[in-house]
Amino acid sequence: MMKIDFSGLDPAAPIKGRTDELCGDILATPSFALPTTHDFDGFQKAAVQMVKPAKGTTTLAFIFKDGVMVAADSRASMGGYISSQSVKKIIEINPYMLGTMAGGAADCQFWHRNLGIKCRLHELANKRRISVAGASKMLSNILYSYRGMGLSVGTMIAGWDEKGPGLYYVDSEGGRLKGTRFSVGSGSPYAYGVLDSGYRFDLSVEEAAELARRAIYHATFRDGASGGVASVYHVGPNGWKKLSGDDVGELHYMYYPVEPTTVEQEMTEVSVA
Amino acid sequence: MESVFGLVGKDFAIVVADSSAVHSILVHKTNEDKIMVLDSHKLMGASGETGDRAQFTEYIQKNVALYQFRNGIPLTTSATANFTRGELATALRKNPYMVNIILAGYDKETGPSLYYIDYIASLHKLDKAAFGYGSYFALSMMDRHFRKDMTVEEAIELVDKCIVEIRSRLVVAPPNFVIKIVDKDGAREYAWRQSIKDGQVLAA
Repeated sequence: MMKIDFSGLDPAAPIKGRTDELCGDILATPSFALPTTHDFDGFQKAAVQMVKPAKGTTTLAFIFKDGVMVAADSRASMGGYISSQSVKKIIEINPYMLGTMAGGAADCQFWHRNLGIKCRLHELANKRRISVAGASKMLSNILYSYRGMGLSVGTMIAGWDEKGPGLYYVDSEGGRLKGTRFSVGSGSPYAYGVLDSGYRFDLSVEEAAELARRAIYHATFRDGASGGVASVYHVGPNGWKKLSGDDVGELHYMYYPVEPTTVEQEMTEVSVA
Repeated sequence: MESVFGLVGKDFAIVVADSSAVHSILVHKTNEDKIMVLDSHKLMGASGETGDRAQFTEYIQKNVALYQFRNGIPLTTSATANFTRGELATALRKNPYMVNIILAGYDKETGPSLYYIDYIASLHKLDKAAFGYGSYFALSMMDRHFRKDMTVEEAIELVDKCIVEIRSRLVVAPPNFVIKIVDKDGAREYAWRQSIKDGQVLAA
């Protein structure tokens, strides 16, 4: 056990290290135990950083001919601890718009709910639904005004409006990007690889759902901060619909079933002679 | 780091910007347009933090439009540049915008002009300017080959030389660039230089 070293401060302490059993504790310099770490000063900072919400997740969305496919994992992690395997990371803003969650769960949930309220108010005031561009711009402006205050939001707003399917990436630094394929979170590089290589604009709904599911599965396989259940949603002209929610462990054995291997040598009972 | 550069020719000015939207190691988009058309005869190419870039250039664009509505005449390029610099300077000691700007415009009386405005609100009227890692290559190329009063073809040749140099020498070179031009006929997109085509943006 490491003890903090005060010997330099105490002149009365015996210079010779040898202390015998009886008076060892009395003569020894008073000190207290330190936690066993390499770097005591940095340890506290590291502990705080570990618990801070990092964007430990995988979410993805892409536009194809029949609308927008949105998929996400369901794991929440705090550093090395998995706090939940069943987090809803696809947030239903209104019946025709979805938002994905990456970053701080509270931030994403609150601001998406807030966006839903503002979208509904827009509908009531203007007698028509808000466009995906408009909704994402509202969210982006709100997040921009809180810049530097520690919000952590990396979200995609997906929906179907008068212009057809729409997909925007919005983050807490105030960035907003219009695009056809996005993936956000710590597992996103892994998902991008599978998504980019399998993507075609003219996928059918089933093929697109399978592509999304597969991309999430591969990301959860390699990224420790992603896992749980791969949820897939489809946004069509009549709104969104949840297509599937499969446990990624089960998906693994579905994609890569265990091959029965031939046994080379088998132990058998030796009959007693 | 995003590259933006520009130069002034005989009766026109050109602004070129890369078109990647990047977050740490990921490229989210390769066809992001970073040169905003402020009004009929002004271009503002911006590089810097994503949120600040889009928000600040839109803010300038709307204020330029507001001036025209209120006063019936458009702002000159010089006035726009000074207004932009003023906004950056006021915000600098409170809530700074991390954006570097190349402003190009054409005024009937004074012809084409180019302004270099960096994120700490310095303003310079120049013939050629560049920002970002690409500037290390573009500036020397422009210094070597630039002449006053170049034609559009000569200027585009020089722009292409700069793009080729950035692509071949910069380790994290952006694959695609957008070129916009402003002259007496207005501000418009001139061309894209793409080595990676993004997924097709569908028609509704």
